[in-house]
Amino acid sequence: MGFLDSILGRSKPKQANLDALFGVPAAALTLQAASGLVPTGDGSVCYRAAAGAGFATTQADVVSLLEGADLAPRISVTQDDFGFTWLEVDHDPVDPEMPDIGGLCTDLHAVNTSLEAQGFGPALLCSLIPFTGPDGRRVGLVYLYKQGTFYPFAPAPGSGQQRDNLLEMNVRDQLAGELPLEQDLSRWLALWGAPGL
Amino acid sequence: MANSRFVGDKGLTTRMTLVMFLLGLLFVVLVVGIAAGVGASAGVGLGVLVGIIGIGMAVYQWANSDKVAMKAMRAREVSPQEAPELHGMIDRLCALADMPKPRVGVADTDVPNAFATGRSPERSVVCVTTGILRRLTAEELEGVLAHELSHVAHRDVLVMTVASSAGITAGMLAQGSQYGAFFGGGRRDNNNGLPIWLVVLLVSMAVYAVSFLLLRILSRYRELSADRAGAYLTLNPGALASALRKISGDIAAIPDKDLRQVSAASALCIAPAFKGSDVKALFSTHPSLEQRVEQLAKIQAELGRPGV
Repeated sequence: MGFLDSILGRSKPKQANLDALFGVPAAALTLQAASGLVPTGDGSVCYRAAAGAGFATTQADVVSLLEGADLAPRISVTQDDFGFTWLEVDHDPVDPEMPDIGGLCTDLHAVNTSLEAQGFGPALLCSLIPFTGPDGRRVGLVYLYKQGTFYPFAPAPGSGQQRDNLLEMNVRDQLAGELPLEQDLSRWLALWGAPGL
Repeated sequence: MANSRFVGDKGLTTRMTLVMFLLGLLFVVLVVGIAAGVGASAGVGLGVLVGIIGIGMAVYQWANSDKVAMKAMRAREVSPQEAPELHGMIDRLCALADMPKPRVGVADTDVPNAFATGRSPERSVVCVTTGILRRLTAEELEGVLAHELSHVAHRDVLVMTVASSAGITAGMLAQGSQYGAFFGGGRRDNNNGLPIWLVVLLVSMAVYAVSFLLLRILSRYRELSADRAGAYLTLNPGALASALRKISGDIAAIPDKDLRQVSAASALCIAPAFKGSDVKALFSTHPSLEQRVEQLAKIQAELGRPGV
């Protein structure tokens, strides 16, 4: 948003940046080679459901589009405490020998483009792709649509709301050359209770 | 982008630009008017000097706006540990809007209100009262926060302080000219027989009055702008509308004693912090509830329109 637009009070909603998601399959391979983290095969898109019929029909269309495909993933739609909607795409677990999450990324992209095509691009908050390590640790790779950057979110084992910062830093360093990573650590939103983590 | 549900309000932008232009013009009128009234090169010097001091004061107010407003509202900054829900909400809104996260403050008063201030989006603070936290649902609170974040994004503190510099200068001149009356002893100007201090007083009083009115108009337009941007950010205009209805009703019902405490920061609040349902719309810093709700209803209609 330009300075003039802000001074004149005519700011426009920020549009989402969708393309960076296609870098995820390659990054997943890097991550598996470097630290044994394998994608779980799930993924989710978090967005703000707009009030009114327009959004409800758009969301229903997206769900039926995904469910109608061959080898259709299981789709679930949930609301979190902050009033955001999580659309979870649940594929079968990835085979560590033949990891391929291209299909998952295509599905997530279908959600994004459908929302954007109906004018709801500004509603997209983030996308989450969970990974699991051989020791059972979980890390989510989070994509911020508006910033166009990725960051890792790793809840520490146990019930408390603690983050495993060392693991997060490791993942960031391993992905440094592959994906645009969020440099501002204050933007690394904690997503407690996100689906798949 | 295939399809956008964002509908700009050209009329609002045009009216706002016009008012800002008039305020700038007023500043020039003030300097030139003083110069012409005094009728000498000393007059131009005086006008420019007082003008610079006026702008300086406005800049000082703007630079310290966060501290001053926080003090006036007796607010304190809260950390993410103290108020996790509030911070989580603002985190998400800032990620949606792609703007830097402001500091968060809470004022311990039962008056339901919220305000945002600070010299730039990087150095701003969003503050809510415990009264508003207690009264609003999470959805409504989010609508209010989005409205305040839009004030930050629109740099409203900067705009309003610059806009008020003509008024500040005129006020200073009006006071100064009265001293001039004592010291100058009513020395007369040769051309038209009026004392110089009286010319200065009249010009600056007129400028002050006009700038006061223009500022109020500008403030109302800025509020409408923030409402629009906030509604498009949360995509839920209804929550903001119901929050406004709750807050306005409550504020009118609150005893005067509390209200006087908060009147200083009134122009930056979500709803005007003074009592009285018959306050003249002309002098109000905020648009009427009906006007605000009507705008939100239009946005709601656009967002809810079935897809193609």
